[in-house]
Amino acid sequence: MTFAQVFDPLFRVPLANGFLLALVLPLLGAYVRLRNEWLAALGLAQVTAAGGVMAILVGVHPLAGSLGAAVLAAAIKGRTERSGNDVYAVLLFFGWSAALLGAANSTRGEELSHSLLEGQLYFTTWANLGAALALVTVVATAGTWLSKRLLLEHFFPESLAANGASPWKLHLAFDLLVAFSVALATESIGVMATFALVFLPPWVSFRIAASWTRALVHCAGFSLTAYLVAFVLAIVLDQPFGPMLVGTLVAGSLVLLPFRARR
Amino acid sequence: MSDEPILSYRGVVAGYAKPVVGPVSFDLGPGDVLGLVGPNGCGKSTLIGALTGTSKVLSGEVVRKPGTTIAYQRQRPVRETDVPLRADELLRLTAATAEPPPSLRPLLKTRVDRLSGGQFQLLTVWACLGGDARLVILDEPTNNMDPDAVAALAELLLSSRGDRAVLVVTHDARFFTEVPARVLEVGR
Repeated sequence: MTFAQVFDPLFRVPLANGFLLALVLPLLGAYVRLRNEWLAALGLAQVTAAGGVMAILVGVHPLAGSLGAAVLAAAIKGRTERSGNDVYAVLLFFGWSAALLGAANSTRGEELSHSLLEGQLYFTTWANLGAALALVTVVATAGTWLSKRLLLEHFFPESLAANGASPWKLHLAFDLLVAFSVALATESIGVMATFALVFLPPWVSFRIAASWTRALVHCAGFSLTAYLVAFVLAIVLDQPFGPMLVGTLVAGSLVLLPFRARR
Repeated sequence: MSDEPILSYRGVVAGYAKPVVGPVSFDLGPGDVLGLVGPNGCGKSTLIGALTGTSKVLSGEVVRKPGTTIAYQRQRPVRETDVPLRADELLRLTAATAEPPPSLRPLLKTRVDRLSGGQFQLLTVWACLGGDARLVILDEPTNNMDPDAVAALAELLLSSRGDRAVLVVTHDARFFTEVPARVLEVGR
């Protein structure tokens, strides 16, 4: 393929869809990392993949199955009232097992299982783009409010409860937002690319940024740059997008990690 | 009524499945500083938990003046090894808009994970005192602090009393030789 094909109208919707996801996922990932729940994306992505496969087995649209599974996982996690990676590790094992067992018992399920694991960005539609736009709108609208409370709750854990607020509602709202985002991303770019977008930019930015605000800017900048590079390389070199994105993010992380904030 | 207590503990026995501490009674009004003093493990934090919801009131009652906002600096405040939040960003979280004390000013642009334990402790104390909360609870605020930092903390407390109430929980009764306060011994 040639570079000119990057601008083919066929790729505009996938490009825009992935761009929005690459903007939002690392920002959410910063708060996931703050809560020491960096396994969340992988656990939720596996569960949503399982939800998509199971949906096919019972004749429901895979995206509905993925979103349903994500909401269920967030609710289960909320019921445990625990932060940290333990619950997400259990969800990861359950999702992996259910997705592969479901795939083994259905031809279409097997096909979908492969596409969810590897990603199928080039086949995403206006429906995916609309959902990604809705996600960006929610994050842009509620982001500042949510950010302040998540940081406050992290550094002064008793302050919300002491002033009559319900920390569990905050946790549930955030868990649902992450679950919804991961479900959408898994459907578009696959399990591992979703995990990489949530994990790698915050991992690097937390080390090199001089402030929280700059860390968020770094997260988004690094993620979007890596996404655009991977998108072009995947088309020009005729390679699968998911592995190309993960590889680009890893390479970018290794380049950026030696830089450290001066203060 | 202007002299209505901001916080009252009336015969409070606090604990979890079983009683840990109490009965304890006190009133805390505007401008008051009350020290809850006792050895480690005597139930001081459990007593405060009865107010914040982390422990239960098993008998008696905790009465809080309606509309009272609380700033709470917990024992062993969370301090991460790799979180890029700057000191001034942390102060903005609690709306601590008052002019910070001289000892903190040079640190405002520093990431909190690059501060020493004592500096971070002082910062979190100011995050509570520098805002407009009517009731400030400081749980073991002298932890990790060297004598200079303890002196700075005492100065912060004295200079920012205003018409708020401050409840200081500590195992170190010597702190109140520097800060005039009512002292209530817990666990005796």
